[in-house]
Amino acid sequence: MRALTPFVMVIALVLLAFAGIKTANLHFLFGVVIPYAALGTFIIGVVYRVLNWGSSPVPFRIPTTCGQEKSLPWIKQNKIDNPSSSLGVIMRMAFEVLLFRSLFRNMKTELKSGKVVYGSEKWLWVAGLAFHWSFLIILIRHFRCFIENVPFVFKTIEGLDSFLQIGVPLFYITEATSGVLMRYFYKVHIVGVKILTMGLISFNPDPKILNEIGTIFYVHLFLISVLLAYFPFSKLMHMGGVFLSPTRNLANNNRMERHTNPWDYPVEVHTYEEYENDFRDKMKKAGIPVEKE
Amino acid sequence: MYDGGKIIIGLIIFLALLTFPFYYNIGKVNAKPEPKIDTPEIQKLPVGERKCVESKEFMRGGHMQLLNEWRDSVVRDDKRIYVNSQGKKHNMSLQNECIRCHSNKKDFCDKCHNYMAVKPYCWTCHIEPKEKKS
Repeated sequence: MRALTPFVMVIALVLLAFAGIKTANLHFLFGVVIPYAALGTFIIGVVYRVLNWGSSPVPFRIPTTCGQEKSLPWIKQNKIDNPSSSLGVIMRMAFEVLLFRSLFRNMKTELKSGKVVYGSEKWLWVAGLAFHWSFLIILIRHFRCFIENVPFVFKTIEGLDSFLQIGVPLFYITEATSGVLMRYFYKVHIVGVKILTMGLISFNPDPKILNEIGTIFYVHLFLISVLLAYFPFSKLMHMGGVFLSPTRNLANNNRMERHTNPWDYPVEVHTYEEYENDFRDKMKKAGIPVEKE
Repeated sequence: MYDGGKIIIGLIIFLALLTFPFYYNIGKVNAKPEPKIDTPEIQKLPVGERKCVESKEFMRGGHMQLLNEWRDSVVRDDKRIYVNSQGKKHNMSLQNECIRCHSNKKDFCDKCHNYMAVKPYCWTCHIEPKEKKS
């Protein structure tokens, strides 16, 4: 049921784009205005949220430690899972961002005949890794629509992704739905698409090309625009958030460096010496020993 | 802001990557590809009969799939006759049928393929049409 609502929403968005192009003929709105607005929302939103997070105080080191911390010289430190230096932190973050190391430790807890049993649960990690890397490759492949004289790197990635050489156009190992429909079934005027995208990124879109591109392209473009605009308001912000995880990006050097809380205010203290000065006479009368006579 | 410098550097790198196409293309001529269909063979045809095997719109989107079907049909089933949507018969052959009219690979095929950074593997088996170097 929880998957149903978003699914219906996506269908509604598809129909909206369809209606906008097919019946209302709003090519300029869907082809130029909405993409610009979406990209603007994305950039401003992401920057705002990252700065907002950045302004929250992190006075102390709170890394979660997943290995032996730096200790006596003959005890071997786990430099990646319990880093004490910037290099270790960089290594740890690289593993986290690129390979989802935390998720690799995902465990399943079960009760088996009255006993608690912990089992390895790698499926989430494997699927997550496949999903995110596919996403990245798809994103990079799209650059061919935005760059003239596509650089070598992008062609290489495309070549690797299609190395199975199945079908024409070549089947990509990483694929997503509305793009698949365009690439294989409802053909669009792909050169027209590039003329539009190149126009968009040089802030000089060509209005004549808008009517020549198939409706399915506008559905694709609208969906991605909605995704971009939705991004800063949603959990998709984990893209920026993963870099700002204080339990991962701080070195565990609590015992080597003194971290002071910057908003500490001077606390009024009343020392024992002062206390004795105040009450010396009374203490003597009551027979309580004092340090100064 | 704690580690503000690092966060801002991170944001700048992110924005630089994101807007890469915007500044990468600055100052470059954004020319549309215009494939030429003025080869001598096409010029010879009377104006009304200058038609490809299927409509322009179909060929623009689906030529690669058509060629793929032709290849399978010829190589695997030995069927060489293609009947188009008009009922007209064509010889399924890249070198003898397509290239007969479109003998200008550089000004026809390559125009869009290069623009879109597509590299079809036609010419790893087929012989490229001989063209005068221009």
